[in-house]
Amino acid sequence: MHELSLVASMFAILEEQARAHGATRVTAVVLKVGVMSGAVPDLLESAFEAYRKGTLAEGARLEIVVVPVKLRCPDCGGSTVREDTDFSCSACGSRRVEIVEGRDLVVDKIELETDGA
Amino acid sequence: MTVKTLTVVHDLLATNKQAAAAIRGELRGRGILAVNLLSSPGSGKTTLLEALADRFRGRFRLAVIEGDIETERDAERIRAKGVPAWQITTGGACHLEARMIGKVLAGIPADIDFLFIENVGNLVCPASYDLGEQVRLVLLSSPEGDDKPAKYPQAFLSADALVLTKADLLPYLPFDPARASAEARAIKPALRVFTVSALRGEGLDELAAWLVDALERLRSGHA
Ligand SMILES: [Zn+2]
Repeated sequence: MHELSLVASMFAILEEQARAHGATRVTAVVLKVGVMSGAVPDLLESAFEAYRKGTLAEGARLEIVVVPVKLRCPDCGGSTVREDTDFSCSACGSRRVEIVEGRDLVVDKIELETDGA
Repeated sequence: MTVKTLTVVHDLLATNKQAAAAIRGELRGRGILAVNLLSSPGSGKTTLLEALADRFRGRFRLAVIEGDIETERDAERIRAKGVPAWQITTGGACHLEARMIGKVLAGIPADIDFLFIENVGNLVCPASYDLGEQVRLVLLSSPEGDDKPAKYPQAFLSADALVLTKADLLPYLPFDPARASAEARAIKPALRVFTVSALRGEGLDELAAWLVDALERLRSGHA
């Protein structure tokens, strides 16, 4: 369960962005979680709940977008989207596929509230 | 009051990746091959390191970083083999991070050949953290069952080699090494597989030779 340390990194990003934009509150965060990122969305949510108290994201809404695995096949040029761990090309069956999406864990969007105009 | 939506696209593991890249650069400069060992608790990481220490004695110099949640026990076992060992107790954290390795790196002798990093026993979390290693081994012991690769694909996908440990127990268990390696290779076709008994010594020569080969490639600039 390393989600708490991931959420700690996320709050470091939130605080840095809020400071850079002169914001007083973070109201929403969109997190893209790759199926193969090694992070579990439910655990990220619980860690977020636990961590946000007393921070400038105390009332923030966390939106998690799960990104499926996308494979590119060098043999036939096809691409395959997978929800499971069958890493083969759906067109030609090749296993020499390259994972092009679904491994990342990124803060994608942040909604900030600033005082004044 | 104004509400702004920013598109930031900030990788949550970026800080770790940067620290890992710096470590990899430093170790490459010193000609040291770093090997990160991933596995469940009790799959025989420390026993494998003890066996490799015996095998390499007089030929190569080793150092070991032990990642453990609480105790200093594994480091003591390694030191008993005459190998310098550093213990990182994570105090509850389920994985090692590159920064933790960076902190002990300065104290590690410059004239070693291999730096083994025994990660915290856990097949999930350590897979997500690059420690600046050149080689990642995933261990799977025969008592654990041969269906682990499909359950923990990330660990097997991120590894360079699979070490099937406790081969001496194979006659007593339903574990099928061929099935375990086929399952792991379905996830990563290029994965090297070694079947090893650290207790009896089988398979250790092959694994040691593969590690020496990786060290030579690093030093000749081809890794
Ligand atoms: Zn194909």
